[in-house]
Amino acid sequence: MPTNSNNKLYRVLLLGAVLAAAWLFWSGLYKPHLLALGALSLGLSLWLAHRIGTFREASPFSTMLKLPRFWAWLLVEIVKSSIDVARVILDPKLPISPTVVEFDTVCKGPISQVILGNAITLSPGTVTLDVYADRLKVHCLTAQGAEAIRSGEADRRAAQITEF
Amino acid sequence: MELTLDILSFVLMTTGGAFVLIGGIGALRLPNVYTRLHAASLTDTMASILIIAGIMLQAGFSLAAIKLLAILIFLLLTGPTASYAIANAALLSGLDPQCDGSTVGAADGDDESGEELRS
Amino acid sequence: MLDNAIYLVVSIAILVTMGLAMARAILGPTVYDRVLAANVFGTKTVLLLSVIAFLYGRPDFLDLALTYALINFVGILAVLQFFQSRSRTEAKEAKD
Repeated sequence: MPTNSNNKLYRVLLLGAVLAAAWLFWSGLYKPHLLALGALSLGLSLWLAHRIGTFREASPFSTMLKLPRFWAWLLVEIVKSSIDVARVILDPKLPISPTVVEFDTVCKGPISQVILGNAITLSPGTVTLDVYADRLKVHCLTAQGAEAIRSGEADRRAAQITEF
Repeated sequence: MELTLDILSFVLMTTGGAFVLIGGIGALRLPNVYTRLHAASLTDTMASILIIAGIMLQAGFSLAAIKLLAILIFLLLTGPTASYAIANAALLSGLDPQCDGSTVGAADGDDESGEELRS
Repeated sequence: MLDNAIYLVVSIAILVTMGLAMARAILGPTVYDRVLAANVFGTKTVLLLSVIAFLYGRPDFLDLALTYALINFVGILAVLQFFQSRSRTEAKEAKD
């Protein structure tokens, strides 16, 4: 699979197969005019994907194998930070200390930066404010959360995903 | 086996409901947009994962479970994007993210320093 | 029996949070608070539809939930795009 993964036709066909499977699964009815509608919307979706440049980037499918490990780590982080944020919200004194952290990311390329930014936003207590020229601006609810961002573990793990 | 799965799914759903409530309370209590985003992401990620996982355990291996998984994945993919869009729009409009609880409601969306923040 | 009670409790919790989000949308004070509240309201609607599908045993509600998630996401982005372009043109006019 990795040998022809840079082939554009391969990427178009793969996306088409996934979309067709999704249509057949959700529709559940196999009458001719419904299938024709499905083929029409499949073509439209592929054309729109081509227009927004989905097939221009190097294939993200090869990086998908590394995603489950990242997700498992992210899930643990989400649980930990959720409990922290819930405790802060329920505390009568409301002990927040909003901090903005700015740092240069080691992630190169749009895909890994999107993964990093979304992972930071996904875990409660930290929200990505801005991604611009390899520089991230992150808003943290507490100074403690800001320390976790400064340690750069999320950065390193997101960069690993798209390495070859 | 059946009973343990049931108990696990009940625990997941009730903790999910508790997190939803905490996030709603946080959205009212916290002082400004940027801090309220954290409460919103609490309900968006943690509560969604817990509640949908709980329902999936009840549904067993069926068509409904796959649809629930699709809903969960969609929520987890789009939630951060919407949060980022709100945070970035607020930042570009010139709301100061550094201000703490002392300036509640002081910034009401005027756009003076909007473009300078970016550069 | 017990599972129905749990579904009911969870859906009431979600409804209360939707009420709180509505209060935040009315209180504001900035337009971004209101958009944030609308986003919370929308994602909670998706969760509520999924729970109701099982509370009343109607799995077709799951399709509605997925569709609502799609529409909510696009709607929030469209509203933000509108306010962003408006604040840009206002900043430009202030400069001239």
